[in-house]
Amino acid sequence: MIADANLPIFFAGLMALSIIVYAILDGYDLGVGILLPLNNDQQADQMIASIGPFWDANETWLVLAVGLLLIAFPSAHNVILKALYIPSAIMLVGLILRGVAFDFRAKVAQVNKHRWNQIFKLGSWIASASQGYMLGSFVMGFEDSFMAYSFAALSAVGVTCAYALIGSTWLILKTTDDLQLRAIKWAKRMGKISFIGIIAVCIANPLINQFVFERWTTPPFAYFMAIVPFVCFTLLFIGNLVLKQLPLKDDSGCWLPFLITVVVFVFCFCGLAFSFYPYVVPGELTIWDAASAPESLRFILYGALIVIPCILAYTVFSYRVFWGKVEDLRYY
Amino acid sequence: MADVFLLSRLQFATNISFHILFPSITIALGWFLFYFKVRFNISGHPVWMRIYRFWVKVFALSFALGVVSGITMSFQFGTNWPGYMETVGNIAGPLLGYEVLTAFFLEATFLGVMLFGIHRVPTWLHTLATLLVAVGTTLSAFWIIALNSWMQTPTGYEMRDGVAHALDWWAIIFNPSFPFRLSHVLLASGLTASFLIAGISSYRIIRGDNKKAPRLALKTAVFVAALLMPLQIFVGDLHGLNTLEHQPQKVAAMEGIWDTQKGVPLLLFAVPDEKNHSNHFEIAIPNITSIILTHDPDGEVQGLNDFIGEHPPVAPVFYGFRIMVGIGMLMLVIAWFTSFKLIRNKPLSKGVLYSLVGMSFSGWIATLAGWYVTEIGRQPYLVSGLLRTSDAVTDIAPENVMFTFILYLTVYVGLLIAYLHTLFLMARKAVEIEEIQPEERLQQKKFSTPNITKGATL
Repeated sequence: MIADANLPIFFAGLMALSIIVYAILDGYDLGVGILLPLNNDQQADQMIASIGPFWDANETWLVLAVGLLLIAFPSAHNVILKALYIPSAIMLVGLILRGVAFDFRAKVAQVNKHRWNQIFKLGSWIASASQGYMLGSFVMGFEDSFMAYSFAALSAVGVTCAYALIGSTWLILKTTDDLQLRAIKWAKRMGKISFIGIIAVCIANPLINQFVFERWTTPPFAYFMAIVPFVCFTLLFIGNLVLKQLPLKDDSGCWLPFLITVVVFVFCFCGLAFSFYPYVVPGELTIWDAASAPESLRFILYGALIVIPCILAYTVFSYRVFWGKVEDLRYY
Repeated sequence: MADVFLLSRLQFATNISFHILFPSITIALGWFLFYFKVRFNISGHPVWMRIYRFWVKVFALSFALGVVSGITMSFQFGTNWPGYMETVGNIAGPLLGYEVLTAFFLEATFLGVMLFGIHRVPTWLHTLATLLVAVGTTLSAFWIIALNSWMQTPTGYEMRDGVAHALDWWAIIFNPSFPFRLSHVLLASGLTASFLIAGISSYRIIRGDNKKAPRLALKTAVFVAALLMPLQIFVGDLHGLNTLEHQPQKVAAMEGIWDTQKGVPLLLFAVPDEKNHSNHFEIAIPNITSIILTHDPDGEVQGLNDFIGEHPPVAPVFYGFRIMVGIGMLMLVIAWFTSFKLIRNKPLSKGVLYSLVGMSFSGWIATLAGWYVTEIGRQPYLVSGLLRTSDAVTDIAPENVMFTFILYLTVYVGLLIAYLHTLFLMARKAVEIEEIQPEERLQQKKFSTPNITKGATL
């Protein structure tokens, strides 16, 4: 079984897994919210129907990620959330607004529905931008400088675009006809902006962050770090070619842009995570400094080993139940 | 400007008070839905499906509000109460972790199937999804109450260098107050959901809805309430005795007892005066409190003066307890009276219907009052005898906390208004919501008839 000293590594891995799963899953449903058209109610309905059965469970991955930070690395949780006090509160309000707007809009008369659509869109923007901002200030070690704030602002734009990208590719997968054509157009635009965003982060991050610079230039991480941007650019380039061909007859290949985007997300995340490993607060706390007592970690480890495969299994089950193109959302 | 301690407490109280409203509905409503679904499966009578369809929408809305306000809670520990996780993180962390792992994902994932999946899965699977959602919400209550109870009556740990370390997880989870608190909270949820269902159904009947669905839902809910209420009184009494054993200062505040004395009277009403250690305007019945707490008319009960500096603020605990018990009594009277009428097949008068509408959210008020009693009653400690609330608070600038406090408060007030508005709007449109489309009925049939050809090939 796992030795005490390795427990923090296991939990860091688990936390990384839940963050990346969150970024992908809630990423696409936040993206759909960001793109929600306010001038076409029928398309808005379809778009929201495409995320209806999933958003609740998607958001739970955020609770798990924050939960794992709290459980496994409590002192890091304190440092991070204290530094991000205001942005995290704003993000929460964003998530609250979109979560409830989703349910309210389905249950009110047509007049108010439009208003709840606006709130849904606004909430999605707020949540995405503040997550990007938080990521940016985390990367900058919560520095209080103009550089740090600019980088955080850049990151806010980047993450919002990335979510819009994965959201639009999700729509290509789940919709048909006019809306699908529109989604393809969105995906092309967002793909280009994400391309620029990744370049900007790749240049800015090592320049302003000494630790990251050393990490990126010393082997063996340097090799991996050289691969990450290369793979991302190639994939985005291929993605753009694919988008130009879509939609194909019988709608074949409609899943390809989504898959490509997921792989780009995973690579970007790994690149970022390995830039800081083993630090959980950049330059301040390693995962060993911040870890809880081994007997507590062990108690939750056994549960996690049993439960997480079950969670993954029934998540897959739920995606299979709602496989295929979106239908009108109807409650029973 | 108020200090960060007060603001953080206000913010936490606002968050948790708003949050608890929705789980207190959904925990029991999930089981109600399961019951409606099973009744439909057995009888095939569409009225059960109509009831299910209406209440599953209420469930979805309440659940969404519970989820989003719950996410906020998970951030509060780190942002405002860092001392909490630093001191008892080794205990609290795993309990919260198990809540996320075993409950949150279960309920959130199967909620999707339960709400939108009936077309796409066989009937039994849809019923199973409904059951799993109910199990999920209940499991969630299990873990969070385990943690809350441990904070009230901590066991199974040892302190090393000022940090709590777990010794025995069984003792931590099944700490002395846990079984009582869990039963008390689950029953409270049952009553909250029952009175909500009864109230909204009465509202529909008053508004002229003469379908069978609201009548049947009302009947089910009132019977459940009539059964649960005496059980709740029994469990509440046991819970009180347990509190007397482990947290006598809380009981002293609940009963407004200042001096340790024998033959303690029951105060029906009083105005506790913390400065002068006495009560004003007492209306009392002699010896009853001693009988309730010690089962002896001359039994001795410890007073607040034995716990100077270690007892909670008296007034909120004292009043909160009376509000909770008062509403409980009102619930008992109304539930039994209405059940009596229903059993004898008498039509319900306008008066009964209006009082049920008036009681729609009585469960909320009683639940909040009860939580204030137990949580304020634990003060000045965050974890009884182990960590003072004032030692756990953050050192964030008060302006920031003031900003977020006002932000949350505004959002929550807006949401509460929208929730109530939508609930009554749905009640007015209920007939539309419940209507079963012909093609849905076909779909239902297709899944529920056994597939003969498939059976033959096996």
